[in-house]
Amino acid sequence: MNDTRAGVSHFDVVIAGGGLVGSSTALALAKSGMRVALIERRFCGAQASGVNYGGVRTQGRTAEQLPLAVRARRVYGRLPELIGIDGEMVVSGHLRLARREADLDVLDRWSAMAREHGVESHVMSGPAFRQRYPWLGPAAIGGSLCPSDGHANPRLVSPGFAHAARRAGADVREQTELSDITFDGTRFQMRAGRERISSDWLVNSAGAWANRIAGSFGESAPMKPIYPNMWVTEPLPLFIGHSLGVVGGGIYARQVERGNCVIGGGRGHGDGEYAQPSTATTRAVMRDACALLPALRDALLIRTWSGVEGETPDGNPIIGLSRTTPRLLHAFGFSGGGFLLAPGVGEVLAELVTQGETSTPIDAFSIGRFSSMPLSVTH
Amino acid sequence: MSGAHRVVIVGAGPAGIRAAETLVAASVRPVVIDENARWGGQIYRQPPAGAGFKRSAATLYGFEAKKAEAVHDAMAKLLPKIDYRPDTLAWACEQNRLDTLHAGRETSVPFTHLIIASGATDRIVPLPGWTLAGVFTLGGAQVALKAQGCAIGSRVVFAGTGPLLYLVAYQYAKAGARVAAVLDTSPLARQAAAAPRMLSQPSMFAKGVYYVGWLQAHGVRIERGVTLDRIDGDDAVRGIRWRTRRGEPRSLDCDAVGMGFGLRPETQLADLAGCRFRFDALNRCWLPERDAAGRSSARNVYLAGDGAGIAGADAAELAGRRAALALIEDIGIVTHRSAQPDATKLERELARIAVFRAGIEHAFAPPVNAAQHWPDDMTVCRCEDVTAGTMRACIRSGLATEVNRLKSLTRIGMGRCQGRMCGESAIALLAAETGKPLADVGRLRSQAPIKPIPITPMLYDDGVHVQPEEAHDE
Repeated sequence: MNDTRAGVSHFDVVIAGGGLVGSSTALALAKSGMRVALIERRFCGAQASGVNYGGVRTQGRTAEQLPLAVRARRVYGRLPELIGIDGEMVVSGHLRLARREADLDVLDRWSAMAREHGVESHVMSGPAFRQRYPWLGPAAIGGSLCPSDGHANPRLVSPGFAHAARRAGADVREQTELSDITFDGTRFQMRAGRERISSDWLVNSAGAWANRIAGSFGESAPMKPIYPNMWVTEPLPLFIGHSLGVVGGGIYARQVERGNCVIGGGRGHGDGEYAQPSTATTRAVMRDACALLPALRDALLIRTWSGVEGETPDGNPIIGLSRTTPRLLHAFGFSGGGFLLAPGVGEVLAELVTQGETSTPIDAFSIGRFSSMPLSVTH
Repeated sequence: MSGAHRVVIVGAGPAGIRAAETLVAASVRPVVIDENARWGGQIYRQPPAGAGFKRSAATLYGFEAKKAEAVHDAMAKLLPKIDYRPDTLAWACEQNRLDTLHAGRETSVPFTHLIIASGATDRIVPLPGWTLAGVFTLGGAQVALKAQGCAIGSRVVFAGTGPLLYLVAYQYAKAGARVAAVLDTSPLARQAAAAPRMLSQPSMFAKGVYYVGWLQAHGVRIERGVTLDRIDGDDAVRGIRWRTRRGEPRSLDCDAVGMGFGLRPETQLADLAGCRFRFDALNRCWLPERDAAGRSSARNVYLAGDGAGIAGADAAELAGRRAALALIEDIGIVTHRSAQPDATKLERELARIAVFRAGIEHAFAPPVNAAQHWPDDMTVCRCEDVTAGTMRACIRSGLATEVNRLKSLTRIGMGRCQGRMCGESAIALLAAETGKPLADVGRLRSQAPIKPIPITPMLYDDGVHVQPEEAHDE
């Protein structure tokens, strides 16, 4: 750990990006006794990690994501012990709605597949479904309930992990830009703000901006920025019992304890750096959302927002070792589904650093999987 | 001539009306969007048509009656030459398009050029009891009088600071309401010290002196340099307590309080339009940047009136004209110089008023250390019921050093008002707790809608598009 050059702080691990992935990695590593620096150019958990919808959802995940999702879901069961707050985590169950007959087949197939991974869900339709959910509009003809899913408040959870990492001993630096990142054959050398620092490991968890860091090492992943569009109503009497989604995606809705309904779907605008919601999208999603939740029609809209997130062509994240540089770990491109996965990824990355392997299958997320893809999809 | 250009003005107060007038003189036909049912803005607010009461311009506007009538008449003459949309809320702005709501209908209004004359609201500095029924802003108290022909209570105390405090008290007393006291948190000494600068607009200064003199002559109790302690009451206002300049406790029974600490520009639309902001020490808040002509940092977006920085109604008229001239120049319309006001002269006048404003802001500065003394159980954000104690605990734990983070963690500014009322309080408390200047604790970013809007009208737009497949997140 001692650096031969004076004035250079050396860390076991430097983490680039203080989103939920970076913060949870920092927490896991700091707790295992590693010397960790978490470097965030703005504020921890203030980007996509902090402004997303807040779905703690395993339902609907692809088979390759499920083991990671199940692991991450367990982390959400331990928030008070891990970060000292519950993050408004509610195990509400996730109800994935069918709007046509064919959707029910999709739900049945997923339910059978997920059961093999230990995730229980049950599909309902017809009069029993309608009777159980009088608050749903006729547009919903059935649905699948995954009782172990829920939702949490990303505005609390994401900064919460960064704060817990700091308490556990991580050197968390906000409003600090990483630059001049190189690998000298032994160590990573870089500048954090004005200060020179070095590390044995580098974790690239810079979200929509991760290709900048990958690029320093001759690597890149096909990823484009997306701007998920979200909005919230004034507080309403509690009526949405579960976190909701629809087969095929496009609308998601939850109601927080205070009564506000948080609804997402579609895309806002952005320039890669900042995001802005789109009223056209809000309108389109509202129409569909009101068909599913008629009570929304009488509500007031109080806020719309968006955030910058990175999306890959296959919708799966990039997680794992670099192909060009030893001890460089990538974890980005969560494509709008990272809030649940992130704290699981933190554990996985910590295992990779401390044990050289992880018990959770992540091969499907290798950065190498895109090498056969045409270059035109690279943004 | 202006076929390719679509100019939209938001606001039909003195700034918006004079901007429209200047544009019309250059043969531009602007769309004028205004949230109020009738033109005039807040200062020259007209009673609603068919209000059921009649009060003359002299009664309604006092010394300003002539100016009010001139502005009203100017607008009346413009009506055939503009696309006037009253009762219309511009609630979002993105990509050269405003989203508006009128009579339960949603309309998208495209523009090539936008003049924002969005006006101001009262600055609120909370004190215990400020959320009781019977507490109004000074502006709210004025609306009651001008638009509804009624007073906010039968025994009213006006508290806070700023020239409006005396004006509203005067207007109430003149209308026959019982004004129990005027409690000004600014000391007389500071007002005297600022007098030389305020004399740069002698007629305005004289009016201020007149209101105070009139109130005193009519036996209205005026106390300066007070510290407001609390408004008492269970559900509704029962009285108010304060300390005198010398620290002696005082109290008074009343059933309503009109409260205000100067004005706060309504900058949300400028924010959504992409204008760059800077901290303005005089206004003690973040303002959209603009040049002397009113051009913002965003292309084809112009700013005029109190919405861009408090300067009062006279300055608003001048700034509205000046911004319109800049716009006309920018789109390349050549006009006869004699037909239009002189830009240089307008800017010189505005600069002179700015000196007066600096005097006013100094004379009537809001109580700087108020946030330090807010009791923990006092509500700061009434929409989300966030107390000073909750915010303090969050700041003291080291979790929030910046206002957007404070918002995330405590919900301050996340309710119906979206921080329009409580945002400055959050910044003040953050600055007080961290010892940082107001400019260094961040700025609350605006998000559409600017004010809450009902969802139903959003469902009936024929232009509703279908979400693209690739936007199907879950």
